[in-house]
Amino acid sequence: MTPLLQVKGIEKHYGARIGCSDVSFDLYPGEVMGIVGESGSGKSTLLNCLAGHLEPDAGQVIFDTRADGPADTVTMSEPERRMLSRTDWAFVHQHARDGLRMSVSAGGNIGERLMAVGDRHYGTIRDRAIDWLGRVEIDETRVDDRPSVFSGGMQQRLQIARNLVTGPRLVFMDEPTGGLDVSVQARLLDLLRGLVREMGLSAVIVTHDLAVVRLLADRLMVMKDGRVVEAGLTDQVLDDPQHAYTQLLVSSVLQV
Amino acid sequence: MNEYNFAYLDEQTKRMIRRAILKGLAVPGYQVPFASREMPMPYGWGTGGVQVSAATLMPEDTLKVIDQGADDTTNAVSIRKFFENTAGVETTEETEKATIIQTRHRIPEAKLREDQIIVYQVPIPEPLRFLEPRETETRKMHSLEEYGLMHVKLYEDISQHGAISTAYAYPVKVSDRYVMDPSPIPKFDNPKLEMDAIQLFGAGREQRIYAVPPHTKVVSLDFEDYPFEATKAAHPCDLCGSDDSYLDEVIMDDAGNRMFVCSDTDFCRSRRKAGHKGRLAEENAA
Repeated sequence: MTPLLQVKGIEKHYGARIGCSDVSFDLYPGEVMGIVGESGSGKSTLLNCLAGHLEPDAGQVIFDTRADGPADTVTMSEPERRMLSRTDWAFVHQHARDGLRMSVSAGGNIGERLMAVGDRHYGTIRDRAIDWLGRVEIDETRVDDRPSVFSGGMQQRLQIARNLVTGPRLVFMDEPTGGLDVSVQARLLDLLRGLVREMGLSAVIVTHDLAVVRLLADRLMVMKDGRVVEAGLTDQVLDDPQHAYTQLLVSSVLQV
Repeated sequence: MNEYNFAYLDEQTKRMIRRAILKGLAVPGYQVPFASREMPMPYGWGTGGVQVSAATLMPEDTLKVIDQGADDTTNAVSIRKFFENTAGVETTEETEKATIIQTRHRIPEAKLREDQIIVYQVPIPEPLRFLEPRETETRKMHSLEEYGLMHVKLYEDISQHGAISTAYAYPVKVSDRYVMDPSPIPKFDNPKLEMDAIQLFGAGREQRIYAVPPHTKVVSLDFEDYPFEATKAAHPCDLCGSDDSYLDEVIMDDAGNRMFVCSDTDFCRSRRKAGHKGRLAEENAA
């Protein structure tokens, strides 16, 4: 089986500082990869390099495109990369405000990607928006409301709907549950788990919340100071951490 | 008057503007940046249009200036006087006789010819501006032809009002490539954008010039199930009786009486001269 995403030796420096260094992994279709680590460990830098928001200093990000098979997204032309990020990729931001158009209605937010890939039938666009609102458990009567009147949890769910409407194959998530209270987090995680399984999505999830990766991720990478210090199956890494930092991380989780 | 260089601007500036105009004509709908000059009128009064007109005017030209279709409003009168003073060119109120027409917010009703140039005053040249505030981003969207966002605006119109409610500055796609703001003309005028005359657009404050060459394909954006419609008030003109011209609504008194008149004053006048009469023509003729 061809990996959906092959990451080879990604490196990103900010001047003399290391953003992330020598990160390599393969992601297979339907697989969810978790990246954990403390603040400043380079998780978000890595994710932004993978999603094409930042240009890495070295390394390759090879994505298995529908049309031409595996292609390096770092060296491909910008129109191609932007096309990928509208169709086959999705990016869920930590703050829903970064990923939504706050002055456009919920339906318009979901419809934007459809219109960006050439859908020009209002009725179809609206039906699909309403369908997706249902899938992320938002009442369809809210379709013409702006996200600014939504609660934090609803905004995050709307952002997910907006991203998944074009049926992407790879989802990047940057702390998708950050800033939500625990009961809302639980529902969102449940929803995400359902969607990931149902649509057979591959995902790269960056988080500092070990509970999130325990629930969602098949495999786990632990990052510290820009480097991967440990990688393996999620349960294996969390239940039997080998590296001193991972042991610290696992033991730092508060038990209720 | 010879204290001014012909048409106010110095030759070097006109040269710079002409280069921008030529580039604009070569890439229809593309916004060409230019070094807009300070003009002796406030921004928003047509500084962009005036600069384009100044760079286009020749001593033998005949100039017509309209504002919302009318030749006799403040903006039109002052710009016409400006060029009478600084260029000494002939001016006219008749569309037929003009070789250069500077306009704000309208296209004349009379069909324009190949030997005419129409210059539009543009307040905000960027059609994506109110959807995407970052100039760096809108430029990228133009260069990569990412125009999905434009339809988001139309989607919002329909979801809120049940129809595309954008009534002026209705976005168009020029020559299958660039999405362009046709300046705040009513969408009634959009079908006329495919015309025989050269169309130049000048935005002074925003420092952009763009153009549509003659016989260029101009398509108004829409949805398959909500097609573009050129709308106007459903009345005939009360002075000349025309039922296919764009109308202004004029409130007559405090009792709610109103009349509809052609916004194109020259069109209305010539029709009345030819004997056409509207509902209120006689009392008005007195």
